[in-house]
Amino acid sequence: MAQPDRDGRVRRFGPVPRTVHRATGWLMMICLTTAACLYLGPLAQLVGRRHLMAMVHEWSGILLPAPLLLGLLSSEFRADLRRLNRFAEYDRQWLRAARRRLTSPQARPAGKFNAGQKLYAGWIAGAVLVMMFTGLLMWFMGLLPFISRTSAIFVHDILAWTITFVLIGHIRRAYADPEARLGMRTGYVSRSWADRHHSRWLGEEHADTESAPPAATPSRPAVE
Amino acid sequence: MADRPKRSADGAPVGRRALLGVLAAGAAGLVAAPPLQRGWENFLGAASQVDRTGLTGLLPNPGGFRYYSVVGSVPRKDERNYALTIGGLVENPRTYTLPELRALPQTRVVGDAVCTDGWRVDNTPFDGVKLADLLDAAGVRGEGTAVRFTCFDGAYTESLTLEQARRSDVLVALNMQDKPITHQQGGPVRLYVAPMYFYKSAKWLSGIEVTEQVVAGFWEERGYPVDGWLEDADRTDGAA
Repeated sequence: MAQPDRDGRVRRFGPVPRTVHRATGWLMMICLTTAACLYLGPLAQLVGRRHLMAMVHEWSGILLPAPLLLGLLSSEFRADLRRLNRFAEYDRQWLRAARRRLTSPQARPAGKFNAGQKLYAGWIAGAVLVMMFTGLLMWFMGLLPFISRTSAIFVHDILAWTITFVLIGHIRRAYADPEARLGMRTGYVSRSWADRHHSRWLGEEHADTESAPPAATPSRPAVE
Repeated sequence: MADRPKRSADGAPVGRRALLGVLAAGAAGLVAAPPLQRGWENFLGAASQVDRTGLTGLLPNPGGFRYYSVVGSVPRKDERNYALTIGGLVENPRTYTLPELRALPQTRVVGDAVCTDGWRVDNTPFDGVKLADLLDAAGVRGEGTAVRFTCFDGAYTESLTLEQARRSDVLVALNMQDKPITHQQGGPVRLYVAPMYFYKSAKWLSGIEVTEQVVAGFWEERGYPVDGWLEDADRTDGAA
């Protein structure tokens, strides 16, 4: 799966994770742009067309989880979600290094995804769900009468700003690492980049393929 | 077994915990919203007094009005070219200019501007001509039961029943906060329906038409209630 091919490239993402990422990214951009046109006074005056903006905002928001849900049909994508979900020992080491502002790759061991990416993935998934829930409360007034519309709007507004800043961070990280972007765009990265920034990734993949089926070889050491 | 380093697939489900943590924070936010919102409004109200940059207007639920328009751009009108037409089922249809409206007896209504989108501006004084006076001057015919409003943005419409339109807290407003209503706030002439949500207070008012029955307005065709009463509105009497 993640074996280097002839010219030393490593396959990082297949077509499904890349398509899911791209579709989600576009939906998020549309959702945020229309939100700005509804919410920021000067932009609202420039653009107007409130009903159209609201409709595009609602539908792009409601569709945000759709690429991920469709992606679940692919076993490769499900495997990536599993990797994002689970924290290994070295992820805690990565977080400690991040807290002490150590930037060298040696101080920040990572599997296919680093600890920051794992936390980000979980956080943004939860945030999108909260936005959808509060958004639906505003869309369909009186859906849950015991939650006031004002409360829903309050949470929606504050979380919208938080998401904006977190996304800016996400984009800045990608901007700072061209090869990470290359991996998301083409699906392949160089072996040296993988070894440097995701030092435990290829070893783990190797161990996975060697030890399969896992039940048959329970105590096999996975270190090289 | 023991010497085997923990692989990512075996570790704690931190991603799931992050997700559930955000959900819990969201739920807590919904519960805590009313008191937080009140504190936040007080803070912003104080901050916006000293803030000359307008940045406080970008924060969630700032004080003050927000600009909403359903079209791309709205023509500007002033005393030279503004006209308010009263027609439909009336004896004496006519058109008022801005100076003519200003010359009529003015009424002051102090009320809250409450948007369905969560922002509100309390105790806002509006001055203008009572809609009831304009309707009486025009002479509503027997078959008229409702009033339809049109706007010079070319798209927005609103409606009231005749009974609602005759309340003493429904104004064809010329001034807001003791200043002529600006273009951004729907000037030179807007409707102010004090006991209802602010979408009923049509901006850029240009036409008043008495109709046989209520014709749903712009947002009402899109799911908003025709009777947009505020929750604490006095629905029976026009006294404000």
